[in-house]
Amino acid sequence: MALDSKIPSGPIEKKWYNHKFNLKLVNPSNRRKYHIIVVGTGLAGGAAAATLGEMGYNVTAFCYQDSARRAHSIAAQGGINAAKNYRNDGDSVYRLFYDTVKGGDYRAREANVYRLAELSNNIIDQCVAQGVPFAREYGGYLDNRSFGGAQVSRTFYARGQTGQQLLLGAYSSLSRQVAEGTVTVHGRHEMLDVVIIDGKSRGVIVRDMVTGEIKSFAADAVVLATGGYGNVYYLSTNAKGCNTTAIWRAHKKGAFFGNPCFVQIHPTCIPVSGEHQSKLTLMSESLRNDGRVWVPVKKGDTRKPKDIPEAERDYYLERRYPSFGNLVPRDVASRAAKQVCDEGRGVGTSKMAVYLDFADAIKRQGKARIEEKYGNLFDMYQEITDENPYELPMRIYPAIHYTMGGLWVDYNLMTTIPGLFAGGEANFSDHGANRLGASALMQGLADGYFVLPSTVSGYLGSTELKKVTTDAPEFKVAEKEVKDRITKLLSVKGKYSVDHYHKKLGKIMWDYVGMSRNEAGLKSAITEIRALREDFWKNVRVLGEGEELNQSLEKAGRVADFLELGELLASDALNRRESCGGHFREESQTEDNEAKRDDENFSYVSAWEYKGDGVEPELHKEELTFEHCKPSQRSYK
Amino acid sequence: MNFKLKIWRQKNSKDKGRFVDYTIENVADDTSFLEMLDILNEKLIANNEDPVAFDHDCREGICGTCSLHINGRPHGPKPKVTACQLFMRTFRDGEQITIEPWRAKSFPVIRDLITDRGAFERIIQAGGFISASTGSAPDGNAIPIPKADAEWAMDAAACIGCGACVAACKNASAMLFVSAKVAHLGKLPQGKVEAKKRVLNMIAQMDKEGFGSCTNTYACEAECPKGISVANIAYLNREFLKAGLS
Repeated sequence: MALDSKIPSGPIEKKWYNHKFNLKLVNPSNRRKYHIIVVGTGLAGGAAAATLGEMGYNVTAFCYQDSARRAHSIAAQGGINAAKNYRNDGDSVYRLFYDTVKGGDYRAREANVYRLAELSNNIIDQCVAQGVPFAREYGGYLDNRSFGGAQVSRTFYARGQTGQQLLLGAYSSLSRQVAEGTVTVHGRHEMLDVVIIDGKSRGVIVRDMVTGEIKSFAADAVVLATGGYGNVYYLSTNAKGCNTTAIWRAHKKGAFFGNPCFVQIHPTCIPVSGEHQSKLTLMSESLRNDGRVWVPVKKGDTRKPKDIPEAERDYYLERRYPSFGNLVPRDVASRAAKQVCDEGRGVGTSKMAVYLDFADAIKRQGKARIEEKYGNLFDMYQEITDENPYELPMRIYPAIHYTMGGLWVDYNLMTTIPGLFAGGEANFSDHGANRLGASALMQGLADGYFVLPSTVSGYLGSTELKKVTTDAPEFKVAEKEVKDRITKLLSVKGKYSVDHYHKKLGKIMWDYVGMSRNEAGLKSAITEIRALREDFWKNVRVLGEGEELNQSLEKAGRVADFLELGELLASDALNRRESCGGHFREESQTEDNEAKRDDENFSYVSAWEYKGDGVEPELHKEELTFEHCKPSQRSYK
Repeated sequence: MNFKLKIWRQKNSKDKGRFVDYTIENVADDTSFLEMLDILNEKLIANNEDPVAFDHDCREGICGTCSLHINGRPHGPKPKVTACQLFMRTFRDGEQITIEPWRAKSFPVIRDLITDRGAFERIIQAGGFISASTGSAPDGNAIPIPKADAEWAMDAAACIGCGACVAACKNASAMLFVSAKVAHLGKLPQGKVEAKKRVLNMIAQMDKEGFGSCTNTYACEAECPKGISVANIAYLNREFLKAGLS
């Protein structure tokens, strides 16, 4: 099957405008006859479900959390980008577009990114109208700050809780639609399969996580907005429940998986402290606005930070990248931290950390100003580490944070299965090989509020859909598959807990498919993952029953899918023998250890097709063309 | 560190439930409270015993999922943190720790330490929103908002909907939760249009859900992990009175 990205023709600034005109519409009075399922209620899913409901469609939304308000979008701290140019510092839609394509290391589609930049301004307007309490200046106008990878101030924020406030905005719109009767939300429900009838996505199989009941829901279109798969690494900044199951099940039913190896490792997280650790905590990138990153010049320097004089400190980001300094993009900052720690200059007990120092900023702006900007982050750091960051520099280290890869989608955000859409982090679309800070919120909301409502309507308006109920044999078959798998997990009755396997998988992924990757390591990873997967199905112990609230069973299903996805991630990394963005292949670097892209051979999106268990997946390539942002070696020097 | 644990176990909503004693040893002091429960669960699974079910997700204090009553206090002894941000160094070595679910009629127990907080959902659906459909918004800077109002709105909007305020209140009142939303939206010019309807409908739903009355003990503010102020309750009372008079 040939990939068709369906990018509209015409000049880039007119593509979305013209496309919207060309998309078929559904008459307002007919909309309630269409049933749309949305899985996931974060920024993309919550916004899409609310907006489709406002338009008059009949929407059913699912989330595994007890409330739609708890989706992991809530944890995003720093901000959301928009090309408002309220600061009069030379920003524009074109510049945001350009920065995002460049920041993604020229591995994203120009047309999608332009649309994203264009919609960024509408998002801010929409959120303000909903009552999102963005930070304001004394005149009452919206405030901005800067973020990595940009030289303009275009990031809107609500203290260190921007994701929370934006999600609560989407959640309030969603709640309004629930009251109106257009949307039904099922909390504590997990999607375990998609159902395909006549080649189209016509529904889902879900498990009620309270009763354990397996239920079928039929629909005319299905939207997956189920987030990323960072938890394949076990330790990440994701919530514990974040998982790949929805998109992985869709992949196994025919949706191609795009760029699985593009994983973002965030430079500013609280370092790992011990074996018992269950997750890593992010410290917003916005801290790099005022914090200075450094390590001692000398190897193995055990002095306290305040005892190390200026001359013996290496502010390595400022030294290596004078023009962007501490605000280089995330992939560059993460790799640089790993390099100085590998040289033996790391700090803290583990020596796998660098300092993020606010002493200068506090001296210059006063403690009160710093507290106003980052108070909750500083408090959080102190809670976790028991150290006061107003007095001691923070210790930080990179951690798995976001996955740029995801289900391959065309310009309409539709996967290779007709009628199955993917939005937000669940798709691969806009960030290329590296996402810039404050762009995830922008993408989630652009997809949810503006893109999906138009394109899903376009699909419904132009597709003949015969009436389908959950009595169709395809639903019965899918239900049986789901139930059999649950029975299988419960009947292994082996020796080791699910977490035991998850931690082992995470270690393989971090060691071989982490910040630095090479051919031999990736091959080892694939062999080890296969062996671990085999062992899992022989020796995992899942207690309890299927027909009850069973958290071990929930985890077991998710880890089983991670054990398959992990292999695809490593295979994709092995295939991509170039360095780009968050994907660093040791075989492909410049003399000064910067990532070296290979545009001649790898200027494409990898879209993997599932071919059956134990069968090699097939690689399809979507060639990328750049008419506006000419690929160049990314330089932040 | 070693601890004696007394944990509420309840198979499902129909089960009567009871306390079960456990011991846990050699816990590092920088282990979080939920990680301590992970360690206990691993031990239980190794002994073929059912692990303890508890709600949790982000583990960084923002999603509002975790909801443990620890030694008689919502989210434990430390002020202004959720249970996931509570570390074992807060407790004495050898201490007995009692862990229960939220106790409130409107939050029925589903299993062990997990409760159903659907009542909060229905309160928000009753009016916790501004009716601004996608596409209808003017420019973000069209309406300047005084910084003080924006700050108050933000302080109130920081509520994570965990339910600690209800669990802390002797009457199981939801006034802090409801007032935080009423104040967040009411303080903003965009939210004033529907202010009257909002406060009346949200209060009506709150009463319908069976939450108790507020008697101004301020236990909610003391136990709120986000420090939501009871000044919001005063604001709500004023709005409610105004709505009734107009």
